[in-house]
Amino acid sequence: MTHIQLSVFLENKKGRLYDVCSFLGEHKVNIRALTVAESDNFGVLRLLVKDPQRVAGLLKGNSFVVNETEVVALEVNDKPGGLAKVLGAINKHHINVEYMYGFVEPKARKAMMVFRFDDPVAAVKALKADRIKVVSSKELGSI
Amino acid sequence: MIWDQKMECASRPEMKKLQSERLKKLVHYLWKGNAVYRRRFEHFNVKPSEIGDISDIRKLPVTVKEDLRDNYPFGLFTDYRHTTEIHVSSGTTGNPTVVGYTREDLKLWAQVMARSLALAGAVPGDMIQVAYGYGLFTGGLGAHYGALEMGLKVIPASSGQTKRQLKLMTDFRPRILACTPSYALFMLDEARALGIDPKASSWEIGIFGAEPWSESMRAQIEASWDMTATDIYGLSEIIGPGVAQECQHKAGLHFQWDVFYPEVLDPKTGENVKDGERGELVITTLTKRGIPLLRYRTRDIVTIEYSKCKCGRTTPRISKILGRTDDMLIIRGINVFPSQIEYVLLKIEGTQPHYLLVVDRQNNLDTLEVWVEVEEKMFSDEIKQMRALEETIKREIESVLGLDVKVKLVEPKSIERSEGKAKRVIDKRKI
Repeated sequence: MTHIQLSVFLENKKGRLYDVCSFLGEHKVNIRALTVAESDNFGVLRLLVKDPQRVAGLLKGNSFVVNETEVVALEVNDKPGGLAKVLGAINKHHINVEYMYGFVEPKARKAMMVFRFDDPVAAVKALKADRIKVVSSKELGSI
Repeated sequence: MIWDQKMECASRPEMKKLQSERLKKLVHYLWKGNAVYRRRFEHFNVKPSEIGDISDIRKLPVTVKEDLRDNYPFGLFTDYRHTTEIHVSSGTTGNPTVVGYTREDLKLWAQVMARSLALAGAVPGDMIQVAYGYGLFTGGLGAHYGALEMGLKVIPASSGQTKRQLKLMTDFRPRILACTPSYALFMLDEARALGIDPKASSWEIGIFGAEPWSESMRAQIEASWDMTATDIYGLSEIIGPGVAQECQHKAGLHFQWDVFYPEVLDPKTGENVKDGERGELVITTLTKRGIPLLRYRTRDIVTIEYSKCKCGRTTPRISKILGRTDDMLIIRGINVFPSQIEYVLLKIEGTQPHYLLVVDRQNNLDTLEVWVEVEEKMFSDEIKQMRALEETIKREIESVLGLDVKVKLVEPKSIERSEGKAKRVIDKRKI
């Protein structure tokens, strides 16, 4: 129930995000979710895509530095208190969150949150027991 | 004033005689007391008895910086037992360069530095502000010993703390300033910011060295501070500052050749260049006891002039340093080799040595930026890990160089490679 997130190292200079996105566009890669984390001189682009192995290969072949990480996508009710409920469960189980980011799934009127946990497998187990909806690869692929 | 009339104004035949005697003694001294040189003499098949005249110096092997490193720390010392002071400069790949002084060597250092101060125009009783770093670096203590020898009043300010430097200058009114030329320019901005009129400063004479500088920097320093700016040359392997110094005619740096014998050689063939032509300065320490060096290759490119100077001295004069035969950079007076940075990067796990050094001069101070290409092994999706990597590289480089640097992580293959080999240095300074 985990997903492979691709992270791409980007130098903090004009047009780099565009370069990656247009490269992915040319190769017909649809980006499911995306976030950019930044430091003074560099940024890390994090992506969820269909068939991450293939996309990682494409990017590496074009001299991008790519890292593959296991992340967990959780469904959040798109209404006040929705996120708090999920975070409450995470808190209760003392699960460590490195970072997270959200995206909206318009058809289902659901919000999705992507979480980078220390131990994603244990996190999935604990959250499922707490009736938090963990998004499967199949569901993510169909968005 | 001329500090040592006898040595600084000797005729060429007199000097040749003295140098020949000193070289003979030196070779015997090394033959008897230094295993490394002894082996080398045997390898080159030279016996001390074959050295009778200074021109025989050509038969002797050269010494290079790597010899000091390979024999780290004390292997090249000839008189370790009587060594009383040790100085260290950062090394090329790991081990620093270590030099030692016996009591006699310290006297020699004080002597040549006193000659240098006199060359610059100092007279006993003057006050000198020494703003070279004190410590392992030879600049501060070398100037200090010379000033004591001459009978100057020394302010051992050491480097940095610009506001305090300016306060000492304003309140104590020293006539002489000794520091790097870029620091003299840096203090200028600080002085203006504090509302101090640089032209009204007490400094009349500047003794500037430890880094290359141009005539245009000289003109700027002299006009802004209203002082005479002179150039000093030295390197810790030979003794530190005091090897050569300009007189007030600024017609080359007077070389103390009774104690440091200069040769200017073609770096490729090792043969003497014709008089007045550029070549690598090679120096033999004729009288040093602790760590005497034979034909030490300085890697500095100079020309040399043997005519008598208008000041009356007969010591030969070398030009300003016109270049280097290796890739050494001098940043804020500190010697930096690209290989030192390569060494640090190799030590840090996962780091490939694809890097670029960007040297610049901002507000008259040199800056060093190290660009490192990010490889897959060192890349993490977490910013804090990447920051930690940046910090580790920075800290490691700083501890090897003794110089603060800025580290910038860049994308792979973003550093230009020419014929498959990366370009290592971009020097944007206009010296």
